[in-house]
Amino acid sequence: MERESTAYFKAIGAIVWKDLAAELRSRELLSAMLVFAMLVILIFNFAIELQPSLRATITPGVLWVTFAFAGTLGLNRSMAIEKDRGCLDGLLLAPVDRSAIYFGKALSNLAFMLIVELIVLPVYSLLYNTNLFNPGLLLTILLGSIGYVAVGTLLASMAVQTRTRDVLLPILLFPVILPILMAAVKTSGGFLQSAPMETIWPWLNILIVYDVIFTAVAFMLYDSVVEE
Amino acid sequence: MDRPIAMIEVHKLAKRFGLKTVLRGLDFQVAPGEFVAILGPNGAGKTTFLRILASLSRPTFGEVRVAGYQLPKQAAAVRSRLGVVTHQPLLYGDLTAEENLRFYGRMYAVPDLDCRISDVLELVGLSARRRDLVRTFSRGMQQRLAIGRAVLHDPEVMLFDEPHTGLDQDACDMLDGLLRNVAGRGRTVVMTSHDLARVEDLATRFDVLSRGVIAASKPRSGLGKRNLLDFYRKALAG
Repeated sequence: MERESTAYFKAIGAIVWKDLAAELRSRELLSAMLVFAMLVILIFNFAIELQPSLRATITPGVLWVTFAFAGTLGLNRSMAIEKDRGCLDGLLLAPVDRSAIYFGKALSNLAFMLIVELIVLPVYSLLYNTNLFNPGLLLTILLGSIGYVAVGTLLASMAVQTRTRDVLLPILLFPVILPILMAAVKTSGGFLQSAPMETIWPWLNILIVYDVIFTAVAFMLYDSVVEE
Repeated sequence: MDRPIAMIEVHKLAKRFGLKTVLRGLDFQVAPGEFVAILGPNGAGKTTFLRILASLSRPTFGEVRVAGYQLPKQAAAVRSRLGVVTHQPLLYGDLTAEENLRFYGRMYAVPDLDCRISDVLELVGLSARRRDLVRTFSRGMQQRLAIGRAVLHDPEVMLFDEPHTGLDQDACDMLDGLLRNVAGRGRTVVMTSHDLARVEDLATRFDVLSRGVIAASKPRSGLGKRNLLDFYRKALAG
């Protein structure tokens, strides 16, 4: 039993190591996500003339739209790498529970998403002259990204097996992650506007509950999703 | 667990994709150490059959046992005893040859991995290129490394799905040498192919898959020199 769980965690670690090592070399996924995120921020910056008083209200929306779209690019690319040379079959042939593959891919997707977010935040702060280094906001970004990646990895694994994978993922993903995006925007807005904790807590709770539910559902469904 | 009498046992296997039936009550047995070539035209269901043996696809009906373990119920036990090579290399282009093997070695929990990686790279003749990225390899080199990946955990059963696809003559000859080497170590091998000339000297038994069943089966000793084509045509016609 102990040996099995060690093998399980080693497999998760191996997948994360493999994804990070490959990305460190190619920089395909991160550069695409980053360029896209920067473009979205720039377009919003030119498109909306913001008065300083309005910035705190609109910032959470702009940030989460940026994260969600850039995240979709990353999820698509991350699974396309597995599919292109048949590597997904290589993973599925390994004698480990298939949920280990899910957690490995989800953790590396989360790492990529957090790296992009860490770069986007100071750039946004400079462009919009808004201080985003708020511990509450950082916690919200972490929780929102966990939920996004939890469900995104599952749906990307499903979409990658179809011919229309690039189009299919956002169509499948955005309706499902709507509760997470809504809770993340409301919580981020609450922290940025220094709202009382009583108004933030319900949204923060929704975020945590959805993270747990989506991770549990993805853990249970992954085997049938990747099965032919 | 004792070594099973048949390393692969398939009974009344059927596979449907929607309304399309690909395999129709197929029976198949392979003894330990045998090298079986499954021949058949394109679309005969060879790849589907091999994917079921590899636990990558579920049978619609029928019983499948590999190394004594039932599929899909005991899939993890089967996978640890299985090495699979397809016409795709299942390798990551942005990792080196050594890193690819290290990754798969960790997934299979291979003991003494550094030593094993060196042995495998030696076996497939890629020791000198161990630190090169796989995307810089030729198709033939990638296929050799794919065989290295498949034998890394020292499996009892090897499945090859059209491994010669896309290789030039020299690369095919080199791959044949490697296949003989891998099979010569007492492993049970099942290989699909539609290239009779290529498998004629490799396999110890030839099975023809046609219309979703094994239409004919013959050991190499039962075939005269250059009679494989006649046997194949008769099986398809019958």
